[in-house]
Amino acid sequence: MRADLTLIADWIEPQARVLDLGCGEGELLAYLQQARQIHGYGLEIDAEKITTCIRRGVNVIEQDLDDGLNNFRDASYDVVIMSQALQALLRPDQMLDEMLRVGRECIVTFPNFAWWRCRLHLALKGRMPVSRSLPHQWYNTPNIHLTTFKDFEALCTQKSLKILARAVGNSAHQTHWTSHLWPNFFGEVAIYRISR
Amino acid sequence: MSDQATPVAAQASTATPEATSLFAPDSVGLVSARSMEFMTPLMLACGRELASYTLVYETYGKLNADASNAVLICHALSGNHHAAGYYDAQERKPGWWDAYIGPGKPIDTRHFFVVSLNNLGGCHGSTGPSSINPETGKTYGPDFPVLTVKDWVNSQARLADALGIQKWAAVIGGSLGGMQVLQWAISQPERLRHAVVIASTPRLSAQNIAFNEVARQAIMSDPHFYNGRYAEHHTLPRHGLRLARMIGHITYLSEHSMGQKFGRDLRIDKLNYGFDVEFQVESYLRYQGESFSERFDANTYLLMTKALDYFDPAADFNDDLVTAVSQATCDFMVISFTTDWRFAPARSQEIVNALVAAGKAVSYACIDSPHGHDAFLIPNPRYQAVFSAYMHKVHAQITQPTQDH
Repeated sequence: MRADLTLIADWIEPQARVLDLGCGEGELLAYLQQARQIHGYGLEIDAEKITTCIRRGVNVIEQDLDDGLNNFRDASYDVVIMSQALQALLRPDQMLDEMLRVGRECIVTFPNFAWWRCRLHLALKGRMPVSRSLPHQWYNTPNIHLTTFKDFEALCTQKSLKILARAVGNSAHQTHWTSHLWPNFFGEVAIYRISR
Repeated sequence: MSDQATPVAAQASTATPEATSLFAPDSVGLVSARSMEFMTPLMLACGRELASYTLVYETYGKLNADASNAVLICHALSGNHHAAGYYDAQERKPGWWDAYIGPGKPIDTRHFFVVSLNNLGGCHGSTGPSSINPETGKTYGPDFPVLTVKDWVNSQARLADALGIQKWAAVIGGSLGGMQVLQWAISQPERLRHAVVIASTPRLSAQNIAFNEVARQAIMSDPHFYNGRYAEHHTLPRHGLRLARMIGHITYLSEHSMGQKFGRDLRIDKLNYGFDVEFQVESYLRYQGESFSERFDANTYLLMTKALDYFDPAADFNDDLVTAVSQATCDFMVISFTTDWRFAPARSQEIVNALVAAGKAVSYACIDSPHGHDAFLIPNPRYQAVFSAYMHKVHAQITQPTQDH
């Protein structure tokens, strides 16, 4: 399993009620069902990924996250997870509110746009960064709301959200001591655990 | 073929090797209908009871030793028990869900023992309005009791008993069939492991009921209807049934699929400024109506539309669908189609949302298809992939306990 997912899994209590927004092929939920006996659903819009979830026995619901989470009740989940999808939403700020309406806490991961390679790319080439974690061109990228450690934390402060934990990773899913020292420069992927 | 597990499975093998070779390798091949008599009275929702009745059904595949691989197919408004395969080598069209039932198909008959019946009240062999009422010696006609989806589920449960099936691996159905699946999950929770609800709804909308009412009025205002006693007058309300089918058919298709199929094409390449058939779509609807009016019983059509209108499982639980589906213990797969406006994706989402609120295991897929409500009957790669993936899970759970062979 991807290293960031292993890290997320460590934050989930046994038998938790979990909602995984943009669950992909359901590998995290499948793991959590087996290792933590959680009860949960994944939300996904990609047809093939939905089929994979169903085949592996993960409850998956076809739903566009940009339509919100109106069909989920207040405080009905222990944890709401969104891995590498926040930056692709129309309104990430509203989604955070929704996630914390539905769940007691939420776990969010996103590519850090202030990673040193992104900075270097933009500074030296003067063009939009293209990297392992951001492989698209500016015109076809689904990542329409790229953000950084600092920007995300500013939003949390503005919304009075508590940051319970923060971790850093890279697209190869290793961590390096430098990224703990200065995450907004050395961290390629940001991982946050937040609550109200 | 390996040895049969039970007498039921022995009956079920209807295809002979040489006959099978006439058909595609993923066809169930030759099939035949069987019937089962029930002599214990069946109490109905309307308060009346049926003293005895017959159900006709077909089976495909083999029942395993512990009867854990049985799948029930519930049919829609005009469906019947002939869901897959052919009655003879000359038959032009296979059963109505042949695209989804057979070796290697989503409902894989190499794994599952599939049971498909004609519902009570039907007109394809099961006891219904066109059967003889044993009390009078004449056809029931309008005296046949109005049935509900719950009555069907009760009668299907008796068929399961008779076939030695305590618990279905899955109950599956589209449209009105999906309603039966939902009812099974709510009122017989201990008797199914999986529910597959396709292109369905937790209850009809006012618009749905309105279309049904127009269809009923078309039938009942036909001078040959004779208050439902047309059989006694040796006639049929063909005209009314034809209209009913025409209006029904419009709701099964999408604007797009009608446009694609017919556009504004004319039968003859000029307008003739009259009211006879000119556009291809008119010709198509008339043809559909005509062929239907010859093979379907008008009283059955009325009864089926009423069962649709009355279906509302939440009504038994203070109109709360969440409480209703809380009774269920099975896992669910819910499937809808983008251009279905009869039971639109939003109606399937109501079911899904209630199941999620009740904490039930459910997956939901909305399949992109141009074919409207009819999409649930038509081959579609994504629909087949999703359906197969879910049935793979159903099968895996059957084989798990005995995996060590």
